[in-house]
Amino acid sequence: MMPALRRWLDDRLGFDSILHLAEKKEVPVHRHTFWYYWGGMTLFLFGVQVGTGILLLLYYRASADEAYESVRFLMTEVSFGWLIRSIHSWSANLMIGAAMVHMFSVFLLKAYRAPREVTWLSGAVLLGLSFAFGFSGYLLPWNQLAFFATKVGTDITGALPVIGPFLLRFLRGGDQITGGTLTRFFGFHVAVLPAITTVILGIHVYLVQRHGMSVPPGIEAGTASPRKMKFVPNFLLRDMVGWLAALGALAALAALFPWELGVKADPYVPAPAGIKPEWYFGWMFQTLRMIPSHILGMEGELVGILGIGAASLLWVVAPFLDHPSGRGARARSWTIVGVIAILYVVGFTLLMYKPVKP
Amino acid sequence: MNRRGFLGVLVRFSGTVLGGFVLYPVVRYLIPPPAPEAATRRVVAAKKDELAPGGFKIFPFGGQPGLLIRTAEGDYKAFTAVCTHLGCTVQYKAGNKQIWCACHNGAYDLEGRNVSGPPPRPLEIYQVHVTGDEIVVEKAKSA
Repeated sequence: MMPALRRWLDDRLGFDSILHLAEKKEVPVHRHTFWYYWGGMTLFLFGVQVGTGILLLLYYRASADEAYESVRFLMTEVSFGWLIRSIHSWSANLMIGAAMVHMFSVFLLKAYRAPREVTWLSGAVLLGLSFAFGFSGYLLPWNQLAFFATKVGTDITGALPVIGPFLLRFLRGGDQITGGTLTRFFGFHVAVLPAITTVILGIHVYLVQRHGMSVPPGIEAGTASPRKMKFVPNFLLRDMVGWLAALGALAALAALFPWELGVKADPYVPAPAGIKPEWYFGWMFQTLRMIPSHILGMEGELVGILGIGAASLLWVVAPFLDHPSGRGARARSWTIVGVIAILYVVGFTLLMYKPVKP
Repeated sequence: MNRRGFLGVLVRFSGTVLGGFVLYPVVRYLIPPPAPEAATRRVVAAKKDELAPGGFKIFPFGGQPGLLIRTAEGDYKAFTAVCTHLGCTVQYKAGNKQIWCACHNGAYDLEGRNVSGPPPRPLEIYQVHVTGDEIVVEKAKSA
C-alpha cells in the first residue's frame, strides 16, 4: 500500500494497534498443540457456511409450494448450483464435527479451568447454536426426511414439562408442520441464528485473545514452561494449511458425494423406512429409540429427554464442579467423565447406522 | 431519598414499564393464533376396490394423517396414523400384521395396541363403514 494512504488510513482506523496486538500473540508449543487448531478450523468452516449460505439465498424460495422446486432448480439448472449446495451441506457437517473435536479436546485438556469458564460456556452456546442451524437448515429443502426429522425434533421439545406445548407451537408456527413452519425455520436460519451467533462468536474469540491458549495441567506441572510460537505468521500459516486441506476435502466430498434432494415432503405418506437424523443428533435419536415405553411409571420418552437434558447440563457446568482442576491439581474423575461421554456419543451414533428390521 | 436517587428510581421504573410495553406485543406476536378445531368427524378414506387385502392407505383426516388398513381377511380397520411416541406417520406391515413406525421402530397390533418399541400409548381407533363403493371413516363419539 502507498505509504501516504496507509498513514491516512492508520490515523483514522488504527491499523497499527491491531497489528501490534497480532504480533504480541503467542501460542504454547508442547505435545498437545495439535488440538489448538480445531477452534480455528471450526471458524473457517463457519466462514464457508456464511459464504455458500448467501449464495444459496439468491435462488431459494421459502414456501411449501416452491422450496423443493427452487432447490431442484438450483441443483439441476443453475451453473454450479449442485456444488454450492453440496459444499454448504458437507461443510455444515464438518463444522459440527470440528466443533465437537474442539469441545472434547478442551474438556480432556481441562482448558475450561479458571479463568476460562465463560469461554467454555460461550463455546457451549455456540455448539447449541450450530445444532439449531443444522436443525433449521435441514427442513429448508422441504423433503420427506426433513419433514419427519422436524416432526420428531419439535415433538421432543413439545414433550418438555411446562414450557413444552408453548415451545412446540412457537417452533412450528401452529400445531402441525406446515408452510408456516418452513417460513419460521427460514427466518431462524438466515436471520435470528446468524445475529445471535455473531455476538456470541465475538465474545468467544475475544475471550480466547484475552486469556491466551490454555496449557494443560500435565504440561504446566512440568519443570520447564513450554516454548512459544508466534501466532502471526507461524501458527496462522499452519492454521491455513489445515484450512486448505479442509477446502480440498469439501470439494472432494461435494464432487464425489453430492448432497441428495430426496422426495418432496408429503404430510400424507408414512415415515420412510431407515429414516434417521443427521449424525450429530444420532446419539440422542438412538437413546430415544432404545428406551422402553415406560420407566418407573413415567413415559420412557420423557425420561429419555430429561436424562439427555440433565447430562448435557452437567457437561456444560463441568468447569464449576471440577474443583481439583481449578486448583491446578490432576482430576482423573473428570477425565473419566469425558472419556465416558465420548464413548457414549460415538457408540450410540454408530449404533444408529445398524439397520432396523420392522 | 434525595432528588438524584428519586430520579434514578423513576428512570428505572419507567424504563421497565416501557420495556414491558414493547416486549408484550412482540411476545404475543411470536405465538401463532390457535387453529380452529377441525370439525371433521367423518371422511371418505378410500374407494371400495382401492385397497387389495394386506394393503394400506394414509388419508387426510381433519388436518392429521389417518391409516386405513385392509386385512388379509378383507376387513377394514382405521386408526390415527400419528405415532404416540414422537408423532411420525406410521405404516402397515402386512408380513407380520403390525402397524410400524419407521422413526424409532415402534410397533402396534391390529387393535392399535402398542406392542413393542418406545410408543407409550395405543393408537386411537376409528370406526369404518362401507357405504356403497366408499369406505367411510368416523371418529368415535367420545374421542
